[in-house]
Amino acid sequence: MVDITIRKRPRIEAVVTQRKFFKKTAKGKVIKVLRERYLRDDVGCGVEDCTECSGHKTLPLAPRVNHSTFSGAHFLLPDTNVFLSQMDLIESDLFNTPMILLQTVIEEVRHRSLPLYNRLKALMKADGKRIWVFYNEYRSETAIVREENETPNDRNDRGIRKASSWYGSHIAATHRQSSVPQIVLLTEDVANRTKAKQDGIKAHSVKQYVEGMPESAKLLDLLAAVGSEEIAPTRAAGGAHQSLYPDYLPPSTLAAGIKSGHLHQGHFSANQYNYLEGTVNVPAFSKPILLVGRENMNRSVQGDVIVVEVFDEKEWRAPADEVVDQEANLKNDDAEDSGSDDEEDQILAVSESKAIQTSASNERQPTGRVVGIIKRNWRTYVCHIDSTSLTSSNSTSLSVQTVFATPVSRLLPRIRLRTRQAPTLVGQKILVTIDRWENTSRYPEGHFVRALGKAESKEAEQESLLLEYEVAYRPFGKAILDCLPVEGDKWAVPPKELGGPVWRDREDLRDMIICSIDPPGCQDIDDALHARKLPNGNIEAGVHIADVSNFVHPDTPMDHEAAARGTTVYLVDNRIDMLPHLLGTNLCSLRPYVERLAFSAIWELSPEGDIVNVRFCKSVIASKAAFTYEEAQTRKDDPKLDDELTQSIRLLNTLALKLKQKRMEAGALNLASPEVKIHLDSSESSDPIDVEQKEQRETNSLVEEFMLLANISVARKIQESFPGTAVLRRHLPPPRTNFEKLQDILKKRKGLNLDVSSSGALAASLDLCQDPTNPAFNTLVRIMATRCMLSAEYFCSGSVARDTFGHYGLASDIYTHFTSPIRRYADVLAHRQLSAAIGYSPLHPVLHSKQHVERILDVVNRRHRMGQMAGRASVEFYVGLALKGRSEKTTVREEAFVIRTFRNGLGVFVSSLGLEGLVMFKRDIKFDADNYTISVPGPNGEVEVSVFDKVVVNIAVEKDRNTQRGKVKMTLVEPVDSSGM
Amino acid sequence: MSSRVEILNEGGYRSDGRKQYELRDMAVDLSQQGAADGSATLSHGLTQVQASVFGPREAKLRSQTFYDRATINVELSIASFSTGERRKRSRNDKRTLELAAAIKSTFEPVVQTNLYPRTQIDIYIQVIQQDGGLLQACINATTLALACAGIPLLDFVCAVTGGVHSTSSMLDLTTLEENDLPYVTVATMPSSGKVTLATMETRLHVDRFEEIFRLACDAGQVIHKEMRAALRTRTAVLLAAVQSTTVPSGDAGGDKDDEPMYEYR
Ligand SMILES: [Zn+2]
Repeated sequence: MVDITIRKRPRIEAVVTQRKFFKKTAKGKVIKVLRERYLRDDVGCGVEDCTECSGHKTLPLAPRVNHSTFSGAHFLLPDTNVFLSQMDLIESDLFNTPMILLQTVIEEVRHRSLPLYNRLKALMKADGKRIWVFYNEYRSETAIVREENETPNDRNDRGIRKASSWYGSHIAATHRQSSVPQIVLLTEDVANRTKAKQDGIKAHSVKQYVEGMPESAKLLDLLAAVGSEEIAPTRAAGGAHQSLYPDYLPPSTLAAGIKSGHLHQGHFSANQYNYLEGTVNVPAFSKPILLVGRENMNRSVQGDVIVVEVFDEKEWRAPADEVVDQEANLKNDDAEDSGSDDEEDQILAVSESKAIQTSASNERQPTGRVVGIIKRNWRTYVCHIDSTSLTSSNSTSLSVQTVFATPVSRLLPRIRLRTRQAPTLVGQKILVTIDRWENTSRYPEGHFVRALGKAESKEAEQESLLLEYEVAYRPFGKAILDCLPVEGDKWAVPPKELGGPVWRDREDLRDMIICSIDPPGCQDIDDALHARKLPNGNIEAGVHIADVSNFVHPDTPMDHEAAARGTTVYLVDNRIDMLPHLLGTNLCSLRPYVERLAFSAIWELSPEGDIVNVRFCKSVIASKAAFTYEEAQTRKDDPKLDDELTQSIRLLNTLALKLKQKRMEAGALNLASPEVKIHLDSSESSDPIDVEQKEQRETNSLVEEFMLLANISVARKIQESFPGTAVLRRHLPPPRTNFEKLQDILKKRKGLNLDVSSSGALAASLDLCQDPTNPAFNTLVRIMATRCMLSAEYFCSGSVARDTFGHYGLASDIYTHFTSPIRRYADVLAHRQLSAAIGYSPLHPVLHSKQHVERILDVVNRRHRMGQMAGRASVEFYVGLALKGRSEKTTVREEAFVIRTFRNGLGVFVSSLGLEGLVMFKRDIKFDADNYTISVPGPNGEVEVSVFDKVVVNIAVEKDRNTQRGKVKMTLVEPVDSSGM
Repeated sequence: MSSRVEILNEGGYRSDGRKQYELRDMAVDLSQQGAADGSATLSHGLTQVQASVFGPREAKLRSQTFYDRATINVELSIASFSTGERRKRSRNDKRTLELAAAIKSTFEPVVQTNLYPRTQIDIYIQVIQQDGGLLQACINATTLALACAGIPLLDFVCAVTGGVHSTSSMLDLTTLEENDLPYVTVATMPSSGKVTLATMETRLHVDRFEEIFRLACDAGQVIHKEMRAALRTRTAVLLAAVQSTTVPSGDAGGDKDDEPMYEYR
């Protein structure tokens, strides 16, 4: 029996223990909130050998850091701002002074920034760090109450000081040693330091403290730019410098404005073709609001939640139709100067305003300006140092320089940073964080986090890719590996005769003729299939999925890690697993000839492919073969073969055709995305030798149809059993306005109509988009149509209205992911719910909680999206490498389709490489925006080029001299040679 | 809004500084309230209710009169200022009636109604302040008020709430916790170990339910001890008062542990 006690609270304490405040609800009602807290004397201090506090101790008495000011043992007690601004420093392995983390600080960090809070939480668990969390608000001696006229900030500062002095006296009182550890309050706030010193507390600024540390040079680079004394413009000596950007409105004005409807809130998205333009989608307008020019974008960075004011309707306009490259335009900017009034600025202003004012199309959309920021979504960015921004390139120079870092992503502005290591960082990929963006500085200011390695080296590129898309790629820790079966790779299904928990309620399907069909080289086989004729003329078909939930139990370290990773990420030459290798490629992989645990969905289907009934069971299977798509296809088509396995494949194939036909009739879309395959030379060298488009075989679609069938059947079952928390997947129908542009282009260029009234209508009209002279045209239109759609997402069935469950692309009223539990976490959840639905195992309580399921799925959705982008970026990188290899030998000349037209260029798509690129013209050319046509001067007069036209381009990879980054450069060869333009 | 407050933090503390199995402060006041035959003001943390018992007295309505036992009426009124948001609830409010019905059915098998045929026992409960565990407070206050009124009970009835946060169970929830967690209110009879009430307003998995149920029963014992101590103190005071007026010599005190009215164990 656990110890149940009543916490007694003396009446006199009411002032300290009760808190009354008023808060406003979402509906605008004011309510009174009364809370109490119980103060205790048993909140531990965490210092070794404390005679008073019991329990676990992490703060060592022996000195750990050889600090120039504090030679003996000492503990740091940082205030909130230190974590908010210097997280990179604190995370560094070199920064290893034991630390006391106050509850007040944790709560404030949590309140201010969730991402930082999550990093702080990870830090608390990190191995090398000695961090003790002290719950100061619950300890009677350190709990404080906000006084009248005291701001929450001042109250917290006072609480932090109180905790600091308590620690000092507590350590002295509970240790008999002559020299006891000192407490060092770390704060950037001068006033706080002064007050602390009055109270007899040692207080340091972060910089001051770090300077005394042994590795100070390296650590000082990690120091974020706080306070204006850090990066000061060198040339603006004569008084206050001019504001380049308008000030933000105060938060209360923003909130009131949003509420009254004259301001709008949304996520800022930058335009990848034009650094002077961004858009924001807000509910009040069907078209995104256009933010034109630096001043109107007012220091917004991709992903920030911003507040905009919309301009008068007569100022509305179309987006610029010119490609404006940041690097080309701004190459003369000086990093040392935060930039205000000099000559270059004038020139820049002129060229920028020219770039802004070019729009021929009369398609208007709302315009506006950013008046405030609700939330910054800054993170670390992979960058290159712009070599021209260095004042001294002497590689031994250790002087501090202010340089530009150019992010790899085209959506981000350049970042100014100060570093002592500038010369050694040139030519490397580095990680940079943005710290702040003052209105007197043209660029955001940041600091260097760490170097990833030489640019274009595969290791650096790969790591930067993973970082850029926030893929967790660290090896699995011990706690996670401890969750694996103790037998390791010797684990096998125990003999049935012995019974045991594994065989409980499991069906023995070992004699079933089951096989798997996957792409060549597939190691994580998570699905296998079978089909056989039944005596009544119907067909029994089964999908057998690796029984991952047998190994990954809820609420274990392995489960938490898998949930945090969300998905396995596939890169061209690497795979970042969601689950440890042993499970993914061995114990859970449904390899042939071995007994494996599976979760089976078995249907009785009529010969027409209608479901007569379906059942689900846990099973033991022994796959009879692992085919590649190609092998399965050959086997199916070989008239000489007629064994059980071949029959099974043929049966599955016939059914799959029926199923597909039904789906298509129901209005499913056949979408396309540019998929290419990279051939690697050998697994060691991993040099790509060629790129080819992926081939689709009949057997691909065979597997696909049955996976869809399984997912739909499982979705129905779990939704029925757990209507409040079923893990489902949906694809919302795209808003019609998304298609407007494509419809217009098709109409004007090809005379084709795209009917987007429903997915069925769209499917039908996509089929009609044919160009007899050009078979690839249809694929191109499909790719473009796909880009107009929304992306599918996981959701919790109790969180959205029933009529929004549908999957638009698949034309199914319900859907989930069940078939790949090895590589997708949502599938693991679906497995657990299905297992509970059939009464095999009880459902873990967290899967009954709507909030919990929502929270997990939010992460999984994000990881899924990021993983896909990382995969695509990896392909792009290798396509680039392959191109570089090829272009060194000969000119690469490929056919391409025009997909966009600009005033000064063409956007083209090279389908053979799955590559999108830009052809730029330096000279002004004639541009007809309404007809998506440009006229390029050629030797025999002007030649018109329009969207959907087939052209031929030369593709070269050039190294950008400044950033050392490879850049694909395309020039037009046919119909006109544009190399001179 | 509540997501900003951590229900149970990494250090094992709840938002009000308690640990999982710590109950809130319990304050009991058993002083006489007006004409009531027995009354009790009880608070669990910030939740405060006052229960008054009248009776057994002659039944007023013939339709409610039973020849072999007493009827129990429960009336609940919730002060409009008891919650943060001022809200007037009428006596016929669905939630109020529901609570009253739950209390009535909890006590019907416990009060020895067969000792008082053709009478009625009226229980009035006034909710003064709410911060979670309303039903629990009402039941505990009623037990005390009935005992003060000298109405024979088979046993104490001790109620407590229990909920689960992710996988950790916790006892005696505040409003903040109740809004966020699935929870149950369990009323037990500590000496027999019988359960007279278990209500749930949210879904709770059966395995979790069992765990919380057991915990709540154990917590019932702790609450029982507290309630018994309060009653003993009052008895002692009464006894002293009686002795000082009628038996000045003071040698007839007798055994202090012997509760004069009923042995509640
Ligand atoms: Zn201590």
